[in-house]
Amino acid sequence: MSELLKNIIRFVLFIFVQVFILFKMPPLHRFITPYLYYLYILWLPFSMSRAGLMSVAFFFGLSLDYFMHTPGLHAAACVLIAYLRPFIVNMLISQEGADKNYLSPSITSMGWAPYGTYVFILTLFHHGYLVFLEWLSFGSFLYFIGKVTATTGISLLLILLTELLFFRKEKFRTNTV
Amino acid sequence: MRNVFLFIRKYANFLFFLVLQIVALSFLFRYNKYHEAAFMNVAGEITGNLDQRYSTVEYYFKLKKINDQLAAENARLNQMIKENYEKPNASGKLVLDTVQLDSLRQIQKFTWLDARVVGSTVSTRTNFITIHRGSNQGVRPNMGVVSPQGIVGTVVNVSENYSSVMTMLHTQYKVVVKLKNGGDRGTVEWDGMSPYYVTLKDIPKSARVQKGDSVVTSPTSSLFPGNIMVGTVEEVLDDRSSNFYTLRLKPATDFFNIEYVYVISNSQAEEQKRMEDSTHKKF
Repeated sequence: MSELLKNIIRFVLFIFVQVFILFKMPPLHRFITPYLYYLYILWLPFSMSRAGLMSVAFFFGLSLDYFMHTPGLHAAACVLIAYLRPFIVNMLISQEGADKNYLSPSITSMGWAPYGTYVFILTLFHHGYLVFLEWLSFGSFLYFIGKVTATTGISLLLILLTELLFFRKEKFRTNTV
Repeated sequence: MRNVFLFIRKYANFLFFLVLQIVALSFLFRYNKYHEAAFMNVAGEITGNLDQRYSTVEYYFKLKKINDQLAAENARLNQMIKENYEKPNASGKLVLDTVQLDSLRQIQKFTWLDARVVGSTVSTRTNFITIHRGSNQGVRPNMGVVSPQGIVGTVVNVSENYSSVMTMLHTQYKVVVKLKNGGDRGTVEWDGMSPYYVTLKDIPKSARVQKGDSVVTSPTSSLFPGNIMVGTVEEVLDDRSSNFYTLRLKPATDFFNIEYVYVISNSQAEEQKRMEDSTHKKF
């Protein structure tokens, strides 16, 4: 399956899982909102340009927003993590040219610890910005801290489950081809 | 000039990032202010369609609960039929006439339109439901929406066949209500904490309130007819520093299992608003 087709299917699936499963669940606590959809942006290929990443993230966030009646909220957070993604990938890639030899960030291409850090940092930025935008219109500082922490915890758990359930086999490609 | 181009080329990504952020935030803040989202009419038609497909599946699992709700509502309505009541005075016979053309000139102020709920959220701080009725069926923004159990919210956005309803569980939602006993008026809001409770503010301390009291809609709000259930008092919070009570209400509507609602259109809403606006202008 071509990489483009795969990403288009992922786009639709992530939105549907978020809207029709995760947001339909009865709320556990006011601090906890289960977010998983932004994993799509973390899984986009290394080869995409930064402008490309940001445009895809914008439309991805906006399509979720139209389901949730919050136009712009998730789009803003998605664009932020798409902008920060290349910086963090450059910082964390250990082997020489892993971003050339593998297609996209994953446990196989980056290793457990760097991939975990990558996911953690971007999750924190995503939730921090999202809750901050919510907090501007209502809420207290305790709400901000509590919600970022609890939501990050739940998201990391969901991402771990997703990574284990849908393990992505990454082929090693030599850049000489 | 050359430096300007160099600058733009060097920071192209950052500038693109800023542009996208500004677009996203302007969408967001414009929506929060006027509830008129950019491209929401077009998008509402598409998301409404998908929501509807999903809800046809979910619908079967809720049939039993919906049946109970509708049966309870039928029982309540049957209680209100005039034939159930008998006047002690035999000479004054009550005649029920549906055609109201007499000198008292009663006209129908509120019309009810039934609608299916095709999408809903309860877990966020800004909860909406999508209903399968739109401008083609006569739904307009700022119409009240009630469920068989009690009030739900207000229509905020309309496309041809679908409408978005801001529910009581939205932090910007406000509605004027009154206590059924005594008739003291207050405002219902939601603090965004728990979807099982809403807050009723501005009830004067002279009012006698008890746990379990009913709260109903006030006829002063042009959205709803009077005496529709809003909720029951769960807790009375006595704030010593103010002359008003803050009450915690349990909403009458079960927002988790909401499948059928009624959209209420008030034929005199515009007239009332026009008159009130012109009064404000005078002073």
